[in-house]
Amino acid sequence: MTKSIILVGVGGQGTITAAKLLTIGLMEAGYDVKMSEIHGMSQRGGSVSSQVRYGEEVHSAVIEKGGADILVSFEKIEAMRYISYLKESGKIVVNDYEMDSVMTIIGAQDYPDGVLDELEKMTDILVIKAGEKAEELGNLKVMNIILLGALIKSMELDNIDWNSIIEKNIKPAFVDINKKALTIGMESVAG
Amino acid sequence: MKKLMTGNEAIARGVYEYGTHFASAYPGTPSTEILENISQYKEVIAEWAPNEKVALESVAGAAFVGGRALAAMKHVGVNVAADALFTLSYCGVLGGMILVSADEPGMHSSQNEQDNRNYAKFAKIPMFEPADSQEAKAFIKDAYEISEKYGTPVLYRITTRISHSKGIVELGEREEVEIKEYAKNIKRMVSVPSTARSNRHIVEKRTKELLELSNDCKWNYPIYNDKKIGVITSGSVFEYAKEVFGDTVSYLKLGFTNPLPTTLIEDFAKEVETLYIIEENDPYIEEHVKALGIDCIGRDIFPYTGELTPDVIRKSVYGKDKQVFEENPDKLIMRPPTYCSGCPHRAVFVELGKRKNTIIAGDIGCYALGFAPPYNAMDWVLCMGSSFSTGHGAQKVLNLKKDNDKRLVSVLGDSTFFHTGINSLLDVVYNNSNTINLILDNRITAMTGGQDNPGSGFSAQGEIADVVDFETLVRGCGIKHVKVINPNIKAEVVEALNWAYTLDEPSVIITQWPCVLKRKYNDDDKSKFGEAFKTNCKVIEDKCIGCKLCLKTGCPSLGFKKDEKKATINKNTCVGCGVCKGECPVGAIVKEER
Repeated sequence: MTKSIILVGVGGQGTITAAKLLTIGLMEAGYDVKMSEIHGMSQRGGSVSSQVRYGEEVHSAVIEKGGADILVSFEKIEAMRYISYLKESGKIVVNDYEMDSVMTIIGAQDYPDGVLDELEKMTDILVIKAGEKAEELGNLKVMNIILLGALIKSMELDNIDWNSIIEKNIKPAFVDINKKALTIGMESVAG
Repeated sequence: MKKLMTGNEAIARGVYEYGTHFASAYPGTPSTEILENISQYKEVIAEWAPNEKVALESVAGAAFVGGRALAAMKHVGVNVAADALFTLSYCGVLGGMILVSADEPGMHSSQNEQDNRNYAKFAKIPMFEPADSQEAKAFIKDAYEISEKYGTPVLYRITTRISHSKGIVELGEREEVEIKEYAKNIKRMVSVPSTARSNRHIVEKRTKELLELSNDCKWNYPIYNDKKIGVITSGSVFEYAKEVFGDTVSYLKLGFTNPLPTTLIEDFAKEVETLYIIEENDPYIEEHVKALGIDCIGRDIFPYTGELTPDVIRKSVYGKDKQVFEENPDKLIMRPPTYCSGCPHRAVFVELGKRKNTIIAGDIGCYALGFAPPYNAMDWVLCMGSSFSTGHGAQKVLNLKKDNDKRLVSVLGDSTFFHTGINSLLDVVYNNSNTINLILDNRITAMTGGQDNPGSGFSAQGEIADVVDFETLVRGCGIKHVKVINPNIKAEVVEALNWAYTLDEPSVIITQWPCVLKRKYNDDDKSKFGEAFKTNCKVIEDKCIGCKLCLKTGCPSLGFKKDEKKATINKNTCVGCGVCKGECPVGAIVKEER
């Protein structure tokens, strides 16, 4: 059975790196894996998504609307933007983290309140303050690995040796902090 | 060994493994990473060309003398290269030659949705369409072999989802391929009417032979399951269709799509009850099938625009997709792409947006974002290198009007100027224009992620390259009025524009400051721009009057504390360009060391 994971966020938040580590781990675990993402214009502070699919034999690299087992959002609003991709039984892992866009900066739009409440009414949701946790670790950028950890645990993929995947694919100076971030993420999932 | 690769990485791997000698490209989403990845293989000569036509021509030259060569570009790039392509079909090649065209169904990063499969038919050359990363690598070998056997360039058509989707690829070793022995052959290679008339027959004969191949090859094949429904498709859409229908329908999977396999299609159509043609962009296969007198369902139910992802196919066939949740638009904000913190284009558009009686001709690149709020400083964008020429034509006509007070400001970047803007500047000079022409020189090809170009100081493979001097070049074209300014200093921008508006002859303003994404600087740039991005700006809260003028620069590092009515600057992302400082009426923003 093919599983579908959609990671969304804002350009520069590290969704692509998280998705890359995820796919490497899945491939090493013996799954067929496909991933799709849109580059280009979206890099300039736009909304970004990486889609990962794995199973015995994966056909489409693209997840269809209503097809994702899990939606991992690196920013609050972005979870709402991509909710149409989630299955009825799907769950959300969302970072309780706010990022302005050019529209809020210039005052053309206000950042809305109550997004998380609204999402909670819709489906099974895990809210993580990955920004705070990353800052406690001393580097805001590892937010993405905290969320990756939560994703791995939620999808019951914690039997894969993720520490060795981090060691092989992250610059040596950042290996330790990323391993810690991964553990924090995994521990934030109950069970 | 197996590796997860994007289609672009897989093509580059194929280029390496199958003995390529030479590759050239002009960056363009979604094709850019093909040459970026080829450049990592030192066995292959990999070059950025100033435009797609030059890339294709240099690749043609490499194949003329017996080398294996590949050119890569986005779909609209093939328009630029088309002049070379069509005659190349006639004069042919000795070494294997591939042109990769990366099309964009859905236009994620493009200005149109043209279907370049039409180019294969139009130029009468064979075409491959891989469906995933593994095929994207493997078909390179086949495409070279077909190119060499039939003496023709091959169109290698991919789409965004091939380029930017990853799949597992089996890696091999590089097979060295000898450069074929070149022999002069003017009857074939000198394209003049007499040779073209005989080459025309060669092209026709070749097309017939390729049709036979298309009907009997490993790239086109039926997969029979239940025969109530049959699907003919190609490229990544094959994978989407399998996602929706699985093994419940039969497929005719096409990987070699010009000429289309007429006999295979007729045989498949006879076997199935209802025939669907599922393809993105134009009804390229559908029209062929219908011309054979075969009944099929295609455009009747599938949309003519956008990607035919599984949900779209599902909805078209069954009337309903799987979607359950609907987003609440009240809980969303728009998140359009915008200029990065420290982008040297920002100040130019802040200033241009304030100018009255000004029409701004834009161009393709990051600066195209100048059309959007908060700048609202662009009237049109057409295609690569078009700003100076569209601006020129517009100014000429407006000048015919009595008491015209409208001025044209034409804007493009360094790489777009090299691409084709330089031709337009010659037009401006030669035809006695009075337009104001801005070259926004940020020392790199920025929009596609920071590729080197003739002004950046480095080659595609990281060697030091000689650098074009813009001012000398522009003056050499015949422009008499030239200014070079730092765009981050407001006074320089305002003064240069004021000066240019007073002239009744064409002027060029070169704004020079590096893109924040530029990674490598040559010695000259190091000494000129060594201090770039080493400072921060900060708000002195006591002085800030909460007027929000700084926010109108649209910089993502800026914010506003609603309660205290004070502007804020994120020191983690600010690189101290000082554009907000230039807009502050009370001097509440200052620079400090990072």
